[in-house]
Amino acid sequence: MNQLLEISFSSLASSIHSWLSSAIANATILNVVEMAIAGVCLLVFLVPLCFVLGYMERKVAAFMQLRLGPNRVGPKGTLQIVADTVKLIFKEGLTPNASDKFLFNLAPIIVVVVSMLVMAPIAFAKNFQLWDLNIGVLYVTSISSIAVIGILMAGWSSYNKYSLLGAMRSGAQIVSYELSVGLSIISIVIMTGSLKISDIVMSQADGWWIFKGHLPIFISFVIFVIASTAEINRAPFDLSEAEQELTGGFHTEYSGMKFAMFLLAEYINLFVVSAMAATLFLGGWMPFHIGHWEAFNHIMDFIPSSLWFLGKTFAIIFIIMQFRWTFPRLRVDQLLNLEWKYLLPISMVNIILVTIMAIMGWYL
Amino acid sequence: MGAGVLILLIICGVAFAGGGIILSWAIAKRSTNLVKGEPYECGIPTSGTSWIQFNVGYYLFALIFLVFDVELVFMYPWAVVVKSVGMVGLVEIVIFMFILFMGLLYAYRKGALKWM
Repeated sequence: MNQLLEISFSSLASSIHSWLSSAIANATILNVVEMAIAGVCLLVFLVPLCFVLGYMERKVAAFMQLRLGPNRVGPKGTLQIVADTVKLIFKEGLTPNASDKFLFNLAPIIVVVVSMLVMAPIAFAKNFQLWDLNIGVLYVTSISSIAVIGILMAGWSSYNKYSLLGAMRSGAQIVSYELSVGLSIISIVIMTGSLKISDIVMSQADGWWIFKGHLPIFISFVIFVIASTAEINRAPFDLSEAEQELTGGFHTEYSGMKFAMFLLAEYINLFVVSAMAATLFLGGWMPFHIGHWEAFNHIMDFIPSSLWFLGKTFAIIFIIMQFRWTFPRLRVDQLLNLEWKYLLPISMVNIILVTIMAIMGWYL
Repeated sequence: MGAGVLILLIICGVAFAGGGIILSWAIAKRSTNLVKGEPYECGIPTSGTSWIQFNVGYYLFALIFLVFDVELVFMYPWAVVVKSVGMVGLVEIVIFMFILFMGLLYAYRKGALKWM
């Protein structure tokens, strides 16, 4: 039994590594081969992830509106999203005559690349990270803010007023809410004293920050979820693609596979943001432990760390998806008011509270 | 793994997005005509250019954002060490936040945060 528990992603990775290093002598080639394996694994993980999220989005929407949702293709409609992807592949990718053709075609690629780059420091399971760099959370915030360039590029190059308006709104929105996201992340950095993702997860071994951080950390968790929802342009903050007023926002002119790329990037971003929320506040892959209940803690340890991580991530994704059908869309002035007059001052004061708490040691 | 991961991820992303677009370009049926290439705006021809001046409000928000984003960058190294520095760190950040907050208040009073 113990041996079975030892099997994890990290032991799998190390056994693959030792097998490969016995097979391949040259260090450079070995590195390249390992990188290729990691890349293929990532793509194999991402594509089903997007399918699952696409299916989940429709089912959650149906559940919220007392509908059935997709139920024709495949069992319970699970293959609907595959059918849609095939349809999108067979669609013609239009490029408007007046558009800036180079930027127009570059924009979807940039959006996807950026959303993939953010995946690098995320801890999927125990000892299972692509790159555990020492400035992990700073890396995530800095890379994820590049996404706005792709969106502005898409809107500007389309030569369409709807697109331009959508892109400008989205730019203003993303840069504004980035501040609140950053301040919420800083509140966790204050508590842990490290920017490394693995350190942040390890600091929650005796309790997740949302529990042992008391009210200030809970406030920053709420702010983080709200501001991240805005940062990934999801409803109720989806002004940039408000379909009733801007037809499609920055991707009005996109069709076929290029449009699918924006959709894909949105789902990857949704996953990344939820994974960050789970890592920072809900303990990442750490199992749920209660104080000295040894038996209970032991049972919890039996659940694999990857399941803990995915479970927390999907719980947050579910909450963010519910937002979409719960709140009406904000107007652009309300949106900026919410950030600059409410969220930003609240999170600034909250930082002071968290600092006092950290210095005084008023946490578990 | 180190920084090679960045190159890996960029290659992955480009291969995935570019591959999908090229695949679709290779197998999808294409046709061109004059109307198809027009901007998608309600079916009637667009009046004037689409690359127009936009509202100055966006620039104002970009400027205020810049101030606070630099503040955020300053706060990361502070946040890492504040627990070991102790009270001095707290006093310093309170002063720093106070100055910034005055800046935000100034922008608010001047109406920079009002839309339109």
